[in-house]
Amino acid sequence: MTDYSIRERSLQPTVARVEHPLIETARMFAGNRAALSGLAMLFIIVVVSLAGPWLYPTDPFEMVWSPFSPPGAKGFLLGTDYLGRDLLAQIIHGGRATLAVGCAAALLSVFIGITFGALSGFYRGWIEEILMRITEFFQVLPTLLFSMVLVALFGASLGMITFAIGIVSWTGVARITRAEFLKIRELEYVTAARSSGASNTNLIFRVILPNSLPPIVVQAALLIGFAILFEAGLSFLGLSDANVMSWGAIMGNNRPYILLHGFTIMYPGLAIFLTVLSISLIGDGLNDALNPKLRKR
Amino acid sequence: MTALLSVKNLTVEFTTRDGIAPVIDDLSFDLAPGETLSLVGESGCGKSMTALAIMGLIPSPPGRVASGSISLAGENLLQAGDTRMRAVRGNDISMVFQEPMTSLNPVFTVGEQISETLRRHQGLTRRQAKALSIEMLDAVQIPLPTRRINDYPHQLSGGMRQRVMIAMALACRPKVLIADEPTTALDVTVQAQIFDLMRAVGKETEAAIILITHDMGSVAEMAERVVVMYAGRKIEEGCVDDILARPRHPYTRGLIACVPHLLETVSAERPYLQEIPGMVPPLSDFGFMGCLFAPRCDRVETRCWQEKPKVTQITPSQSAACWNLQEAKVRVDA
Repeated sequence: MTDYSIRERSLQPTVARVEHPLIETARMFAGNRAALSGLAMLFIIVVVSLAGPWLYPTDPFEMVWSPFSPPGAKGFLLGTDYLGRDLLAQIIHGGRATLAVGCAAALLSVFIGITFGALSGFYRGWIEEILMRITEFFQVLPTLLFSMVLVALFGASLGMITFAIGIVSWTGVARITRAEFLKIRELEYVTAARSSGASNTNLIFRVILPNSLPPIVVQAALLIGFAILFEAGLSFLGLSDANVMSWGAIMGNNRPYILLHGFTIMYPGLAIFLTVLSISLIGDGLNDALNPKLRKR
Repeated sequence: MTALLSVKNLTVEFTTRDGIAPVIDDLSFDLAPGETLSLVGESGCGKSMTALAIMGLIPSPPGRVASGSISLAGENLLQAGDTRMRAVRGNDISMVFQEPMTSLNPVFTVGEQISETLRRHQGLTRRQAKALSIEMLDAVQIPLPTRRINDYPHQLSGGMRQRVMIAMALACRPKVLIADEPTTALDVTVQAQIFDLMRAVGKETEAAIILITHDMGSVAEMAERVVVMYAGRKIEEGCVDDILARPRHPYTRGLIACVPHLLETVSAERPYLQEIPGMVPPLSDFGFMGCLFAPRCDRVETRCWQEKPKVTQITPSQSAACWNLQEAKVRVDA
């Protein structure tokens, strides 16, 4: 009886349960504890930054108490800065600008990087020569100095700062994209797609780019962390938008008093540290989930 | 018989470090509508290059079509523009590749890939294309096509993937299907299934098939006519039955002798597997003004080294290029 049913079953055509590649990646990612804690941490940071102005409505620019009140004094949890402004309010309100600059700059550099990498990897020849020489030019540029010059020349607006960060950090993405394109363009499914009438645009966007995304995604995630650090660096040197509060700006404002009142720099620094750490953990987790073959375990 | 696809005096040259080498040297053949023609030869004889030339996909550089014409229903494809060729590829002429494991895009489902070709060429809506894709998967005998359509290539076996490739190639009902060693990467039991399938679906869609292979056994099974190629040149052409029974060129004879039990009468007298001694000459020797098979030929004469063999029409359908045409049947060695 059992025999019969087994035979019956094995004669039926079956289909393995279909799992979308994204779900598969998500499953791998979920199995990585470090990456998950990074994700949780980043989630909290993002939620607090977005909802902060409602959660903690104190104006970060308003002078509320005497300067450099130590943390806890007069109900100000993290104390006040050199102008007597609430540090906690500044950190909560400053997250938005910091994260926005980080994401926008990363997006910009990924966009430029993919464009350069894809075009040079796909078309080769003189297009590759020109684009890769431009990439190399940006690689050898002293990045911080170049960004500082840009911001100093064109004004320290949020948009200009984002642009200045994005324009110096795309070379890695370009090189990775180009390498992937060089590898994938020789594969048989590209020839097969070409033989079924695919145009060059089709081949780039539908065939080669989707297959080269994994390392690009990882790089993009890490770029956000890099951009946040870069923004903090520029702000620390005084190149920040005076009308917008950001973590880097808090540090920049209090820089002269770093030795006397270290906490005014430590707390925004901690916020940046935690954000970049969580993004790095997520980036590593993505790397493991997207390239299971590279895992060293 | 009017030819559907006509290749005339096609020469494709590759620029190598040693100079210019003709990988296809003055090749001509015709393909009638609905016919199955086989291109046979060892690796490196220019079979795949012929396929790529027809598709307009010769890698350039280093390759270049030096002369000749390829016409599909009277239209010279070598003069067609890029846009026109894209419309021809996959729609009028489509191709099945040797490696089913690597010829499907791993990030899209097989359904999306079949649909994409259909929508590109036939202007179908998403829904129509999906319905037709299911129909095609069913035609290539994939079980549960409505669910398989959502599978990614890695979920299918080699044989299944090759069926998907055939479904994709035939979806737009092309006039010509080029199959470049479609069964080489598959195991033997699946090979027969794929051949049956190609024959059946090919007949249903009225596609003429060009089968590229190095295996005379496949030729005997699939093709109606054969073009034997050696070092970029056509050395013999004819109906399968004629070629198998009365091969006139020593190379064709050698190819047939390599297959055990292809001809029943021979196997008893032939206790050992035969081989053709030597190998295909390097690319730098292509285009040499003698017979390129001379170094491996057992009937070589002085003339073979000096003059390119003339094509001799033996019967209205069979021709061979050799100075020393064979009358004999398959060679039997002690």
